[in-house]
Amino acid sequence: MNSKTADRLATGVFITIAIMITAILAGLFFYIFVNGFKYISFDFLTTPSSNVRAGGGIRDQLFNSFYILLITMLITVPIGVGGGIYMAEYAKPGKITDLIRTCIEVLSSLPSIVIGMFGLLVFVNTTGWGYTILGGALALTVFNLPTMVRTTEDAIRAVPQDLKEASLALGITHWHTIKTVILPTAFPAILTGAILAAGRVFGEAAALLFTAGLSTPRLDYTNWNPFSEQSPLNIFRPAETLAVHIWSVNTQGLIPDVEAVSSGSAAVLVISVLIFNLAARWIGRIIHKRITATK
Amino acid sequence: MAIQTLTRNIFDVKDLNLWYGDHHALKGVYFPIQKKEVTAMIGPSGCGKSTFLKTLNLMNKMIPNVKITGEVNFAGQNILHSKTDLVELRKHVGMVFQKGNPFPQSIYDNVAYGPRIHGIKKKKHLDELVIKALMDVALWNEVKDRLNAPALGLSGGQQQRLCIARALATKPDVLLMDEPTSALDPISTLKIEELIFELKEKYTIVIVTHNMQQAARVSDRTAFFLMGELIEFAETSKIFSTPKDSRTEDYITGRFG
Repeated sequence: MNSKTADRLATGVFITIAIMITAILAGLFFYIFVNGFKYISFDFLTTPSSNVRAGGGIRDQLFNSFYILLITMLITVPIGVGGGIYMAEYAKPGKITDLIRTCIEVLSSLPSIVIGMFGLLVFVNTTGWGYTILGGALALTVFNLPTMVRTTEDAIRAVPQDLKEASLALGITHWHTIKTVILPTAFPAILTGAILAAGRVFGEAAALLFTAGLSTPRLDYTNWNPFSEQSPLNIFRPAETLAVHIWSVNTQGLIPDVEAVSSGSAAVLVISVLIFNLAARWIGRIIHKRITATK
Repeated sequence: MAIQTLTRNIFDVKDLNLWYGDHHALKGVYFPIQKKEVTAMIGPSGCGKSTFLKTLNLMNKMIPNVKITGEVNFAGQNILHSKTDLVELRKHVGMVFQKGNPFPQSIYDNVAYGPRIHGIKKKKHLDELVIKALMDVALWNEVKDRLNAPALGLSGGQQQRLCIARALATKPDVLLMDEPTSALDPISTLKIEELIFELKEKYTIVIVTHNMQQAARVSDRTAFFLMGELIEFAETSKIFSTPKDSRTEDYITGRFG
């Protein structure tokens, strides 16, 4: 086989693989939308779920998903970015740094159900909080932190060394250089890491089963006092997310319209992830543009 | 770190030795640098000229396993002393690198970067500094209508002049240049050389170059480095007409290197 044929063959193989991936993705979306879209209605999105009767909605689950996402990211992003900065800029190469890196890698490969059990032990039982949003968010933090640290470290290392040198040579301190040159340059890659982490939060069920629980108290959306039991903003209340809801109605649902609720929920979940992704990228682009004056 | 006016030497380097791990990169270098002159350093790759340059603002300290002994006196103080304030030193000793390395920010922000962080907040004052620095490097006319455009959109030569402006904006006394034209085309190179000629009115310039014609064109004094040793250091006209050391002669006549 001459090299031209080989080249053509390789191109063909890669195109086939690309088509396969796209087709699987498109098929999946199509399936979820065709099955779920017809169940999505204003009522479905704005009524609370029911345990026994048909016609329940997913209002609380949808809110819980976004709220847990918000709380998780509020904890994960600062700690993760801080850890990444430490690993890339401050940690001296050596045994301790290697140990930290190994720990991070082990942490990132733990199955989520194990993290859920760990969360049950620590955030639910030891603290005595019971099933809470905060416990769920902390369990998801454990689950997401390694990715966040890793992507931040990689993003910072990818910033050209000469930019860093240029700043230091101007008599700028290390911290100011990180703050004003390195982080803005690394921002798009860090944002991508954060979006990936957020996607995992949306889809995660196993780690939340034993930490945020399978139920949601009766919520009053006009109550904005975060310390009130009925307030949706209370972080010390149990909260069932969409992903957990899909799992629970399918495995132990007593309602007659399981099919409708789970298909509808799945479609809403996928659409939420999509909207969140696009919005995060759009906002990220605006921020990046503003801080770096690039197009 | 007030600049003393008693001596003409702004830098006085004595018995400087530097090791990268086991590699002895600078061997007992004595090197006085005079105020408001252009001092060029030539020599083959790996001879230690860049290493020497980076010792003058202690950029070398970033490299792990580096060991420096001897004295590097700047304005009468030995900067190798562990208490040296690197931030303060680098405010006085600016640096321009081989490749233009503007920050991914606007043209204005690049030049204003140093002064801003060193505490100048007033817009008017910053504007003056930026305009002056850009005029000093003869870039003002080319960029005055697009100060908020990204610096990375400039050509290679413009980027390098912007980097010089950025270094000048912190008002240094000395400007170190590490092969500032090696990545540029001949016309841009010529512009930078003319610039060096004008800048020496106000600044002390130390330049590392691979290009011997460049050293001959722009510098007042030239130093020839070989294998970490300073072989010869004299007025540029002397080095290029009547070198004392045969190794210098071999190098500048192109017999090796």
